[in-house]
Amino acid sequence: MVHWTAEEKQLISSVWAKVNVEECGAEALARLLIVYPWTQRFFSSFGNLSSPTAIVGNPKVRAHGKKVLTSFGEAIKNLDNVKATYSKLSELHCDKLHVDPENFRLLGDILIIVLAAHLTKDFGPACQATWQKLVGVVAHALAYKYH
Amino acid sequence: MLTAEDKKVIQQIWSKVQSHEEEFGAEALERMFSSHPQTKTYFPHFDLSKGSDQIRGHGKKVAAALGTAVKSIDNLSQALAELSNLHAYNLRVDPPRFALQLLSQSLQVVLAVHLGKDYTPEVHAAFDKFLSAVAAVLSEKYR
Repeated sequence: MVHWTAEEKQLISSVWAKVNVEECGAEALARLLIVYPWTQRFFSSFGNLSSPTAIVGNPKVRAHGKKVLTSFGEAIKNLDNVKATYSKLSELHCDKLHVDPENFRLLGDILIIVLAAHLTKDFGPACQATWQKLVGVVAHALAYKYH
Repeated sequence: MLTAEDKKVIQQIWSKVQSHEEEFGAEALERMFSSHPQTKTYFPHFDLSKGSDQIRGHGKKVAAALGTAVKSIDNLSQALAELSNLHAYNLRVDPPRFALQLLSQSLQVVLAVHLGKDYTPEVHAAFDKFLSAVAAVLSEKYR
């Protein structure tokens, strides 16, 4: 079980309260596909991913980004048991989606940058440290059921 | 691979950083030390408290080296040759790509914090590629 201090929980919930899940989710996923183009391999059914503009405007990218970040919210609601929360999703990513867990780390880092760009000065070092820990915990939980 | 457009974007953004080199570098280091405490193991001889002179001094060094890289973006290997030797034979930051990636993340967070919306996906991609290229050159001589 991961230990969270009261300060960390506060930093997580105060940032999350400011997050527009649909916008940030869409932006994070779009940036993943733009900054690390090889990740597009998982989204061949998404249509036009031919340029940053196309990716950012792609409705399937936006919808899926929202889905992914909404799921992230589940981890935040269950900080004391993230592994259990993601047990089924982990199996899905391994058995059906065949996603290399390294990609979870990449998306986590991208999410941090999206938060930094939106919150600017409010995303101080302690905030970043807490969220880096959180995305690491989420990535670990998503990889946990891999076999 | 850095495209012509990437290089243009990087130079444009860097011109905004230039006058704040010390703060930029120091903030990136501070964030990296907070987020990834294992990186502190390379600085047992430093005062790592917030705002320390050593962090400011080292931040300035790091930012200046990046500035050199930006100016010689077409020839990173040659421009960073000395730093590459230093990292390979003296500093031996280990593992080479991994630890430098942690610094790259914090450098980008600082850019995002200060540029906000101007840290667009295109700028983000260009910088991520650039910092990877720099890290690759710094790891070139490890073995």
